[in-house]
Amino acid sequence: MSSTFQIDFSAAHKPVIVGIDLGTTNSLVAFMDLTGPKVIPGPEGERLVPSIVSVRQDGEVVAGNPARQLLIEQPDRTVYSVKRLMGKGVSDIGEELRLFPFRIAEGSESVVRLQLGDRTFTPPEISAHVLRQLKQNAEAYLGRPVTQAVITVPAYFNDAQRQATKDAGRIAGLEVLRLVNEPTAASLAYGLDKRKDGVIAVYDLGGGTFDISILRLHEGIFEVLATNGDTHLGGDDIDNRLIQIALEDIQSEWGEDIGKNREAVQLLRRAVIQAKEELSFVPVTKIELEYQGKAYRRELTRDLFEKLIADIVERTLGPCRDCLRDAGLSPEQIDEVVLVGGSTRIPLVQKAVETLFKARPHTELNPDEVVALGAAVQAGILAGDVQDKLLLDVTPLSLGIETMGGVVSKLIHRNSTIPASATEIFTTGVDGQRNVLIHVVQGERELAKDCRSLARFDLKDIEPMPAGMARIEVRFLIDANGILNVSARDLRTGKEQSVDVKPSYGLTDEQVEAMILESYEKAEEDIRERQAREARVEADTIMNALEKAKQNDAWLELTDEERRTIDEALNRLLMVYHSDDHLLIRQSIEHLNNVTMKLAENMMNSAVSNALKGTKL
Amino acid sequence: MEGTRCWQCGQPTAGALFCPSCNHLQQPTSDYYKFFGLPQKLNLDPGDLQKRFYSLSRQLHPDRFTRSTPTERQYSLEATAILNDGYRVLRDPVSRAEYVLRQRGFDVGEQRSKDVPPELLEEVFELNMALEELKVGDESAREQLEESRARFRSMRDEVDSQLQQLFVRYDESADQDSANAILQEIRGVLNRRRYIRNLVDQVERELAA
Ligand SMILES: [Zn+2]
Repeated sequence: MSSTFQIDFSAAHKPVIVGIDLGTTNSLVAFMDLTGPKVIPGPEGERLVPSIVSVRQDGEVVAGNPARQLLIEQPDRTVYSVKRLMGKGVSDIGEELRLFPFRIAEGSESVVRLQLGDRTFTPPEISAHVLRQLKQNAEAYLGRPVTQAVITVPAYFNDAQRQATKDAGRIAGLEVLRLVNEPTAASLAYGLDKRKDGVIAVYDLGGGTFDISILRLHEGIFEVLATNGDTHLGGDDIDNRLIQIALEDIQSEWGEDIGKNREAVQLLRRAVIQAKEELSFVPVTKIELEYQGKAYRRELTRDLFEKLIADIVERTLGPCRDCLRDAGLSPEQIDEVVLVGGSTRIPLVQKAVETLFKARPHTELNPDEVVALGAAVQAGILAGDVQDKLLLDVTPLSLGIETMGGVVSKLIHRNSTIPASATEIFTTGVDGQRNVLIHVVQGERELAKDCRSLARFDLKDIEPMPAGMARIEVRFLIDANGILNVSARDLRTGKEQSVDVKPSYGLTDEQVEAMILESYEKAEEDIRERQAREARVEADTIMNALEKAKQNDAWLELTDEERRTIDEALNRLLMVYHSDDHLLIRQSIEHLNNVTMKLAENMMNSAVSNALKGTKL
Repeated sequence: MEGTRCWQCGQPTAGALFCPSCNHLQQPTSDYYKFFGLPQKLNLDPGDLQKRFYSLSRQLHPDRFTRSTPTERQYSLEATAILNDGYRVLRDPVSRAEYVLRQRGFDVGEQRSKDVPPELLEEVFELNMALEELKVGDESAREQLEESRARFRSMRDEVDSQLQQLFVRYDESADQDSANAILQEIRGVLNRRRYIRNLVDQVERELAA
């Protein structure tokens, strides 16, 4: 890949920006080194960090592989696939609740709250724990602090889902410099622009979401022409289909419904995922489960597997056709197809894509890693290290405002290149009216109630005047992250008009700030606690040694004064032993160390002389 | 913008996007034609427009200003939004003409165009009959609808070539008064076009159903 990326060597000392694929099932962190994008491995050399978070019995929160272990041991305190809940309220996760063992706490109307043990977490907080793990891995690997990141999101994510992802970054102590759409990131990783100008389609079937994007490449510019997708469709659906079938089998074989048993279902989930993955390489495999002394075994052929999942694969093709239509292209005009996401390893998926686009898909890069690699390239673009590429992405959903009768007036159409903006002029309806409320929605439907409510903007403190006299210009601007910004101006005075934002879903700025503070405090608490514990371990070591030394002749060789000094130092250490101030403990340890110097010397000498005696004998 | 000075160094910028003295990004103009560096013509070369769009994107995109000051970052965001909005408007002949009309003070609000243009009265009457027949299950109406579609499409093409001629006349107009007279004409043709387009859409929807 080295020839693909133009690197500015003078930029080597700038702070590093990492690229992060925050996935439904797994997450990865990558960075741009001098030869191109690289995935950063964890401490055990693992490249994928499972997007799983668990609260241990002692209250410590763990993420990644340690949490994956706990998924079976303590399923009630462990959560996965939380990306499906990002930017949602409890009323729009009906399907997720049916298929996933999420435990929802009170007060989940505008932000879902998950119960893990005796604590509750919002999805951004859960994701922040995964991000923190990735941040730590990157810092350990690169040997320097990492505070800035590019994070990828499904292209079809709405405003609230994007905002939730940005919030997760902030809570984890990362400045999110850009949200990049996953399929677009993947196209960057492939570096297809070096080969020729042309049109490419990126088919991205992830763990929980499906995206299709069509791009035009021209002299290093990646211009997205159209995007489409389904945020309720992914590899998880395939797993759930297989689990359902196995559960029915088990019910009839064992006469027992184990579907309510979280531990058993987790074991079964692992078993079907393994079988699914094997079927990409062999024509027949087995689903095997051993549970409480009973065994379940079922042969699964690729043929049957393909029949079972045919409708799921078919569901991805509708968005592909819509995307082609929106781009104004026929399948023959697609020059290259890129596959992204672990589920695209399934031969049936590859076949379906090849048939639709009439082009053999690219599979050279690992479909699990290609998004993270692309995020690293985008990080390189932002850092100024990669200067020959530029991404021009689009907004996946139309933005509109609710007008009379609940009808939507569209302001920015979907597939508009972002940043994009629109202005509208608002006025008052009654004499002396001080506020105007604007309801902003996202979606393609005619009626506001059928679209996704985004936020309500309150134009406040309007000067009282007769109805229809006020003229307030409101500017709606979707930034390069696909997130809406709203500003308003009083056209009569030219002054900035204050706008109060009430997001329909998601956290307010104040809530995110509080979470950042809490996480800092928690992290500091954790560090202090750990340091005190380590100091106590050291104290134990020296006190044990002293105990032993007192049995030695060397102890008796000391003067009374010397022995008293040592006992005083020991008492001082015992007094601070349970303090949470590790510095205090360490000072006392050092003091005891100093006053026992002579004792240690005497012991050494007597040991040496004993040893010499021994050799003489 | 001609009299403006650089926010950073205070030197005159002569309306340039980047200060000629210190190279800092300036507050962008919101006039699409000026932004693209084009005269206000109704006929544009799409290839040239695309070239300008790519070139300006490379210079102005927020990706290029990550490490810049907040002011420049804000200008970059605004400039890129204007660039993208402008490209969307200017590359489509109809939205381009509507933009020029609005810039010249003509009202092109979302006319519901409920009033049928008189020359189309008979056509629309027959169309409505056919649609009714199709609704009650008379498949023979389908043929009639297909005929209507072909007729409406050719009407649309006719209107488009009419527009094209008006564009040429506007671009060649010698003075403001004659230009405005042509714009007035264009406005009428655009209304008619909108009406025909709605008819085409309606027929196509029915035929697809
Ligand atoms: Zn200057």
